[in-house]
Amino acid sequence: MTTFIELLLNGVSMGSVYALIALGFVVIFKATEVVNFAHASLLLAGGYVTAVLHEDIGFWPALIVGIAGAALVGAAIEFLVMRRYRGKDHSVLAIATIGVDILLVTDLTRRIGTDVLAVGDPWGDSLLEIGPVTIAHTRIAAFLAAGLLITAFLLAFRYTSWGVAMRAAAENAETAALMGIRLGRVSLGAWAVAGGLAAVAALFLTVFPTPGLERATSLAALKAFPAAILGGLDSTTGALVGGLIVGVTESLATGYQSDLTFLGRGLGELAPYLVMVAILLVRPAGLFGTKELARV
Amino acid sequence: MQGAALTVRDLSASYGPVRALRSVSLDVPEGGVVTVLGGNGAGKSTLLRAISRTLAFHGGSATGTVQFDGKPVHAQGADRIVAQGICQVPEGRQVFARMTVEDNLRAGALGSRGDRGAKSAALRRVHELFPVLADRAHQRAGLLSGGEQQMLAVGRALMAEPKLLLLDEPSLGLAPMMATRIADTVREINSQGVSVLLVEQNAALALKLATTAYVLEVGEVTLSGDADELAASDEVRRRYLGVVDEDAAADASQAAAKHPVLARWEDVR
Repeated sequence: MTTFIELLLNGVSMGSVYALIALGFVVIFKATEVVNFAHASLLLAGGYVTAVLHEDIGFWPALIVGIAGAALVGAAIEFLVMRRYRGKDHSVLAIATIGVDILLVTDLTRRIGTDVLAVGDPWGDSLLEIGPVTIAHTRIAAFLAAGLLITAFLLAFRYTSWGVAMRAAAENAETAALMGIRLGRVSLGAWAVAGGLAAVAALFLTVFPTPGLERATSLAALKAFPAAILGGLDSTTGALVGGLIVGVTESLATGYQSDLTFLGRGLGELAPYLVMVAILLVRPAGLFGTKELARV
Repeated sequence: MQGAALTVRDLSASYGPVRALRSVSLDVPEGGVVTVLGGNGAGKSTLLRAISRTLAFHGGSATGTVQFDGKPVHAQGADRIVAQGICQVPEGRQVFARMTVEDNLRAGALGSRGDRGAKSAALRRVHELFPVLADRAHQRAGLLSGGEQQMLAVGRALMAEPKLLLLDEPSLGLAPMMATRIADTVREINSQGVSVLLVEQNAALALKLATTAYVLEVGEVTLSGDADELAASDEVRRRYLGVVDEDAAADASQAAAKHPVLARWEDVR
């Protein structure tokens, strides 16, 4: 039972990190209808900036620069690549993001090489013990930070002018333009926000018990794809629920792997995708994907 | 609110190889109501899109000049057009169905240059004009009836405090009573000083509202003039008001009165 609770808590914590990544993914999709395959490279870029700078300027400033850096990279992709193809087929844009991803990941991989970079976080490997249950401080920090950011994001999405512009543009770009909403700005904002969220996620993907930032970190980010898709690509709620489902599934599958050896090894990696396929079989639009709501 | 004049000169528009407008020229005087009549595919919506600078969403482009308030506006972005006081109510209402009525109105105010006070004044005015929008503020716009959605679409455009309102077929798909209601509202908005350019297939309604009318056919202006004169002209009556020739009408009433007998037989008797 103790193991189960520990696995569940870890799963929820990882899930909230995946939710951060998936949220950025969904925001870009909603604002521009582009599936962003460059998301993992945004994450890697943010993590890399934090890891390189923390020794010189301290952890917190480095984190802030990392977040700003990833937001800037996101905005630059929008400004230099996406904007040129606006109005083109969305699948063309999605393929363009694959190109951007290859470019960025190749360069970052070259820089990181075979190193494992520490990010210099203040939590280290300290543990919190509540009765028989042990959980790492980093996992608690991840859950709290992700929860805080997601809440702030959802409030802004719902109540600020930025959020209204974003939702209007997502629903009908032409009509939003007739209202005087600047679509270029909306799309730029979406990419920047997605970059910033990815940088925070990068931090929590590289702290204890993970050794640090390495080339493979961007692979971890890929788990946010099933999270976004099973939740429904155009739903922020879906991204959150999807993230949690993926996190918990992965944690439980990895934890109980020894009892499931007949299935072979590496079940933890595979489980999120199995869940995604199972959910899509029942609900092709994902859990919270758009269903038409209209009176005709 | 203060109206302003729109001057369109030699406006041509095309979607790729397809020409949709051929050197159209028209004027909307300050504080006036002008209507553009025409059937499906005459280029009415294209005209409004060219003025609002949203042709690109449909793969189209335009040449020619559009002046508003004495300044050329045909080379600016859609957001600048709104900021200068031209607001369009799109065809088919196009409310943001998944957003609440309140958020739809907030979206409408995003393009205005007014401060917070001006925006809440605009909201009050819209609620006065359409009290139902205040009652349903927290309902999703997609669940409103057709007439209520049209009110929302007009209210949303008014949130930007336009000097010129472009209306694309506001009566489309509405019950006759609701169409009359919308027409009354347009009259009221105009009485507050807003110029109106109204595109309609419902010519009877449009000609009652407007002072000047243009008839658009296959992308060209074929008739224009005083709305009353056009309403009285035989050609317009026949084509757009569903009234047949005087002679034909007389024949029909005669035929109904008497037992129909072929003329040749009458002669024999």
